[in-house]
Amino acid sequence: MTAFTINGKAVDVSADADTPLLWVIRDHLKLTGTKFGCGAAQCGACTVHINGEPARSCSVPLADAAGKQVTTIEGLSPNGRHPLQKAWIAEQVPQCGYCQSGQIMQAAALLKKNAKPSREQIVEHMDGNICRCGTYNRIIAAIQRASREV
Amino acid sequence: MNAFTDTMLRATALSRRSFMVGAGGVGITVVFGDIPEALAQGAKTLKPSAWVTIATDGTVTIVSPAAEMGQGVMTSMPALVAEDMDADWTKVRVVQAPADAKSFGNRLFGGAMTTGASRTTQGYYQQLRLVGAQTRKVLLASVAQEWKVPVGELSTEPGRVVHAKSGRKIGYGDVAKFATVPNPLPEVTPADLKPVAECRLIGKNIPRIDVPSKTNGTAKFGIDTQLPNMLYGTVLRTPVQGEKPERIDDAAAKAVKGVVQIVPLPYGVGVVAQTYEAAKKGKEALKVTWSTTAKARSYTSDQVLKEYLAAAQDTTKPAVTVLKNGDPDAAFRSAAKVIKADFLADHVAHACLEPMNATAKVDGDRIEIWTPTQSPTLAQVFGARMGGTTPDKVTVNTTLLGGGFGRRLEPDFTIDAVLLAKAVSGRPVKVIWSREDDIQNDKYRPMTAQHFEVALDAQNNITGWRHRLVGESIYARFAPPLFQQGGGKDPPFHDGAEVKYAIPSHLVEFAREQRGVDVGLWRAVGPGYTKLGIECLLDEVAKMKGVDPVQFRLSLLANEPRAANVIRTVAQMADWNRKREGRFLGMAYSDFWNTHCAQVAEISLNRNSGEIRVHNMWCAVDTGVAVQPANVIAQIESSIVYGISHALYEQINFKNGEVQESNFHDYRVLRMSEAPVIQVGVIQTNNPPGGIGEAGLPPVGPAIANAVYAATGKTLRHFPFLPARVKTAIA
Repeated sequence: MTAFTINGKAVDVSADADTPLLWVIRDHLKLTGTKFGCGAAQCGACTVHINGEPARSCSVPLADAAGKQVTTIEGLSPNGRHPLQKAWIAEQVPQCGYCQSGQIMQAAALLKKNAKPSREQIVEHMDGNICRCGTYNRIIAAIQRASREV
Repeated sequence: MNAFTDTMLRATALSRRSFMVGAGGVGITVVFGDIPEALAQGAKTLKPSAWVTIATDGTVTIVSPAAEMGQGVMTSMPALVAEDMDADWTKVRVVQAPADAKSFGNRLFGGAMTTGASRTTQGYYQQLRLVGAQTRKVLLASVAQEWKVPVGELSTEPGRVVHAKSGRKIGYGDVAKFATVPNPLPEVTPADLKPVAECRLIGKNIPRIDVPSKTNGTAKFGIDTQLPNMLYGTVLRTPVQGEKPERIDDAAAKAVKGVVQIVPLPYGVGVVAQTYEAAKKGKEALKVTWSTTAKARSYTSDQVLKEYLAAAQDTTKPAVTVLKNGDPDAAFRSAAKVIKADFLADHVAHACLEPMNATAKVDGDRIEIWTPTQSPTLAQVFGARMGGTTPDKVTVNTTLLGGGFGRRLEPDFTIDAVLLAKAVSGRPVKVIWSREDDIQNDKYRPMTAQHFEVALDAQNNITGWRHRLVGESIYARFAPPLFQQGGGKDPPFHDGAEVKYAIPSHLVEFAREQRGVDVGLWRAVGPGYTKLGIECLLDEVAKMKGVDPVQFRLSLLANEPRAANVIRTVAQMADWNRKREGRFLGMAYSDFWNTHCAQVAEISLNRNSGEIRVHNMWCAVDTGVAVQPANVIAQIESSIVYGISHALYEQINFKNGEVQESNFHDYRVLRMSEAPVIQVGVIQTNNPPGGIGEAGLPPVGPAIANAVYAATGKTLRHFPFLPARVKTAIA
């Protein structure tokens, strides 16, 4: 059994210790907002926060989450009204939407450390997250909008 | 069989299963797979057609017939109904259609329920507006009868019927309390539709209803399907297309904790397990000896492309005539000069970010499928065939799609789920492809060689144009009856070879190759490469004539005012005549899907490395009535990014039939740091709406190539424009 905290709730999971955290989150804990994209930390669709830091959950074994605080898109804000989530709606960012949980989690980690990032800092921080629908410019605009509001 | 033409297929009755998608700040909910719970309990409702249900609380439920893969149809299609019925949009709920082609099929797909080829708005626009107008007439007639007033004295405002003479108003929900559906339904014609200028939803910008759910993790994609007692499946597929498993050593796979069953398949070996992780480990533990007889074993893309090129250049070889205008032979006989040029395109993959997946449950002859498909009709037909039943016993629940781009027209991932579910009858199985499975088992955009010959007179005017395309056919595999009906033409392959430009004599030919590697539909499939050759050659001829590329195009479009207008507009947007230090402009135009789209690319070029950087893209687009202009802009932005990605980076290489790329580390797609600034100008015209999901892609590659031509005088002729190729081309 591996114990950790997810979205503020203590859980104890019986999956094998080498199971990628992604599948524990999705299949064992039924939090499907975190997405499987590549399984190789190449696309960022599975991004969650571990102790506040962005992490590619597809490439983190469950064992590494033991005792840690994990936050997923479902736990980013109590009611889906995080400034980034509001900005994402205002800018009508998502198209297919599949990458957007990961994009928002990646962006949230940036704003926590740097409330007023420059465009260059945003791009550098977000470059590991693929959006196949090409919503990159809207993501930048949404992060800038949220950054004005926080 | 060909499901495109199989129009009369019906799914079972509406499934009872529904799941709500939270809609955050917008007053609209999205429901999949069923009518809302409130309506399901036999409450009085008004349901004038399969499309619309009005509840007594005023809620208007409208069916969305097309797959939502980011192109916004879940908002724009219901809005068409709401417009002409004068529904209050804040009271509209949207339901994803069940697989019921008779009720919800697209006339442009022979009545099948299929989303693709930019045909959703084109196919449903008038039909859904008429549904709205008819619904309104039913409401008006009911109120006229109830109030004993002439129907001509009644009008509507959003959500209410109004009798101006007496000042009375009644909400649609209250009308539903007494209204009945007349038989037959009132007749409606296009004359009953509002003029676009008076529309409240069409031509305006409604926030997309699926967006809030895509910011908080509640949006449900196929891969998010969770069912009681569900198992997980993986499939080890043949490394070379066309092979079969000859010997399966599954001892190690069966020993993996959680593996339930190993399922031999015609094209691979399936693993069913308690968890995805176990299914994946089981797959990795399989030892399979494959047959070695497939035709595709000799498929090495570099070599095959050389052979295609030779076939394209050898105009004596037989080919199917796609198009013949004027007298091309005479034009070439009397030409003062002939330009010959070849253009090549490598295979590209779709790489939808949601890997292929589907869930199925087989109970005797009944099958239920949950699948992120662009074609519920195909899912139903193939589900039935694989499950050994008939389509009427197959229920298809279409989920949200994490990208489509043509990939999800294919039924292969749904077939996986049905075959594995059949092996463990009674329990649902969710099959998930790995990214490697996805990259290596795609139905790639065809690899193509195109040979052009352009006849010029003494003043370098174009008098004749020959265009010969070579590659594997899409329809021959995907839609054989359509291929045969067309006499061997393959429209998706050579689409876009037709032009709006005034070219007096024009010949287009298609020479089909059969190499054993499937090719498929892709975003803007044919025009994605046909327009490269056309638009680049126009710039070359313009230079020979000493005319500016914009002016040259305009001179060929005297009878095409919409085309000329987007070209003029984009030139203005880009400030075309302004020289930039170290930056170069290129322009291209595309006419496909009844949408006129012109773009200008601003690039810089590292002549030492051959790397191209796209800094700015401008686009002017006339798609006729832009149903949701902001969404038109979003679709163009998306196509531009997808287009640059494929033009500069994307490439699938086969070696002896095996795909060499496997994941995003070697199948490079465009990232944020490589995205240009994009400006889109939407020109509203009163023409029937064209397609918009793909229209922004074809000009991208040639606009970039023409910018490189402006910089170097050399044309790039091979997609993708890899640095090494660029270096060679400009040397």
